[in-house]
Amino acid sequence: MPIDFLPVFLMVAVVVTLAAFILTVSRLLRTDNPYPEKNRPYECGIDHVGEASAGLFKVQYFVIAILFVVFDVETMFLFPWAMVLADLGLFGYIEMFIFIMMLLVGFIYAWIKGALEWEV
Amino acid sequence: MSTTPANTTTAIELTTIGSTADLVNTDITRIDTAAISQSVLASGPEIIIIIGACVALMLSLVPHPRQDPLLAGVSVFMIVLAAGMSYGLADYPQTAYAGMFMVDGFSTYLKMILYLGTTLTVLMSGRYFHNNRLGKEGVFQGEYYALLLFALLGGMIMVSSTDLLLIYVGLELQALSIYVLTGFLKTDVRSNEASLKYIILGAFSSAILLYGMSLFYGLTGTTNLNGMAAALSTLDLSDPMLVLATLFMLVGLLFKVGAVPFHMWVPDVYEGAPSPITAYMSVVPKTAAFAVIIRLFMQDLSILQPIWILNMTGIAVLTMTVGSFVALVQHNIKRMLAYSSIAHAGFLLLGLVAGGENGMASILFYLLVYTFMTVGIFAIIILLNKDVTAGAPIEDFSGLAKNHPGLAIMSLIFLFSLAGIPPTGGFFAKFYLLAALIDEGHVVLAVIAVLLSAVAAWFYIRIIMLIYVQPPAQQTDIQLNLPIRAVLLIATIGTLMTGLLPAWFLDFIANSMPLGLG
Repeated sequence: MPIDFLPVFLMVAVVVTLAAFILTVSRLLRTDNPYPEKNRPYECGIDHVGEASAGLFKVQYFVIAILFVVFDVETMFLFPWAMVLADLGLFGYIEMFIFIMMLLVGFIYAWIKGALEWEV
Repeated sequence: MSTTPANTTTAIELTTIGSTADLVNTDITRIDTAAISQSVLASGPEIIIIIGACVALMLSLVPHPRQDPLLAGVSVFMIVLAAGMSYGLADYPQTAYAGMFMVDGFSTYLKMILYLGTTLTVLMSGRYFHNNRLGKEGVFQGEYYALLLFALLGGMIMVSSTDLLLIYVGLELQALSIYVLTGFLKTDVRSNEASLKYIILGAFSSAILLYGMSLFYGLTGTTNLNGMAAALSTLDLSDPMLVLATLFMLVGLLFKVGAVPFHMWVPDVYEGAPSPITAYMSVVPKTAAFAVIIRLFMQDLSILQPIWILNMTGIAVLTMTVGSFVALVQHNIKRMLAYSSIAHAGFLLLGLVAGGENGMASILFYLLVYTFMTVGIFAIIILLNKDVTAGAPIEDFSGLAKNHPGLAIMSLIFLFSLAGIPPTGGFFAKFYLLAALIDEGHVVLAVIAVLLSAVAAWFYIRIIMLIYVQPPAQQTDIQLNLPIRAVLLIATIGTLMTGLLPAWFLDFIANSMPLGLG
């Protein structure tokens, strides 16, 4: 039974090694020139206020993150669906529309409620 | 490098599919339209509720002068449609969605209780929001009704599912909706606090439940209840891992029911939530959670009984004791009813200890009666309590008999029923439960239960004394509207009918009992 998971562990090992390798190589090759502007955390081009570690994020990021989930889930299902659409036929086609309609309801709601407006 | 991981993942997926015996698909790419349409039909009530919730949400975006009655009407209409469909499906027991979903008499009966609880909640919400001047922010109403419908949907999925994953999905759908509804009074600090406490403890209990489920999956190799039952019959019941898995799953569910020692969230959440939501919480999620407990521990996985029976007995007695005694010293009616609901949960757990067909039938009957009397008493609380910020002191009931004799009689009926005094449904609910206990030879438990319900009777009678003996505290003009009249009428008739014609209801339950009990 545990032998079945050997590929998973191999995968993990490869990923860790590769990440360590890339980080080491870039550390060796790049020029090292930090300055305050560069060290600031990047937040979508908005000037940060205080420390991120204080746990204070603009609440709008949260709304955007939730909206992102709507589209993310949609895409997650759309990709495999598109791969097998030829086999699914008309039924699968309609079914995906039902699914998208459900997400659309949530999206319309969020839109009308003004979740897409960015208030500075 | 890119091809190897892809191949291995496929291999792993195939082995998993192969090990779950019920889900074998020889030809994955072909769609079995007949099976899908059968599944869609079997889950028709759920689909109707989803559509209802979406419609309510969309309608809430369109400004309308009488938005609240409109949305409430849409919600009730959809629930009635779903109830009609459930009723029609009850004669055709079937499984759907590759054995994950079950339509049978048991789930239909419990769904009817869920429909009843939600409909009554919807009907009395209008009055509450009118009283508390929340109706002016009309836009929130749509969310309210949509969330109520989603919570109902979660409960319906819970009672119908025969797969651990689907049970969990239903549970979370319901819990997430109710977290938001608990904090619906956005400007009220206690409502926010209740919501936050509920989220944190709810997430905690979900995690425990999930852990138990994952252990079960590890032990049996499937999440399907039938498959699990088959796999468990070959396992050694004294396996510590199996004991741990059973207890974790039980604890996760007992959290939702509010059994001691997992009850600490109940009083705070009940007190802080808007009153209709408190009524809803004490009825619908509790019924759904008990449905899952019955489905898991009394039907499909009844083989586990030796593991949990002692713990359950202890928890049931402890729950009744704490619920009954702590309720004695409460001054807030909602807190008092929270402890009373804990005590009732203890009683219901005794039905599990009794086991067998009688135990199960008595739980199902108890849940119905509990729905009627709890919703009824909350409707009266909503009428009496004008200002949400003042809390709900029990003195609200003072002298009710002088000003509003009709409401006083109804309160009397609900409180008698909660205390278990004939000729109300509450008496027979307790009676059948105790009879089932004694049949199974648990005489000591039955005696303890009777003594504790005598303790519990005291705090209900304290309110009755306030109603009939005390002079009126303040002049309150109570405005009844049609929906809340309907709620009071349905609740009163239900409470009395279950008390006067219990045999009729029990026959109904016996007919809806699933075959092949453990």
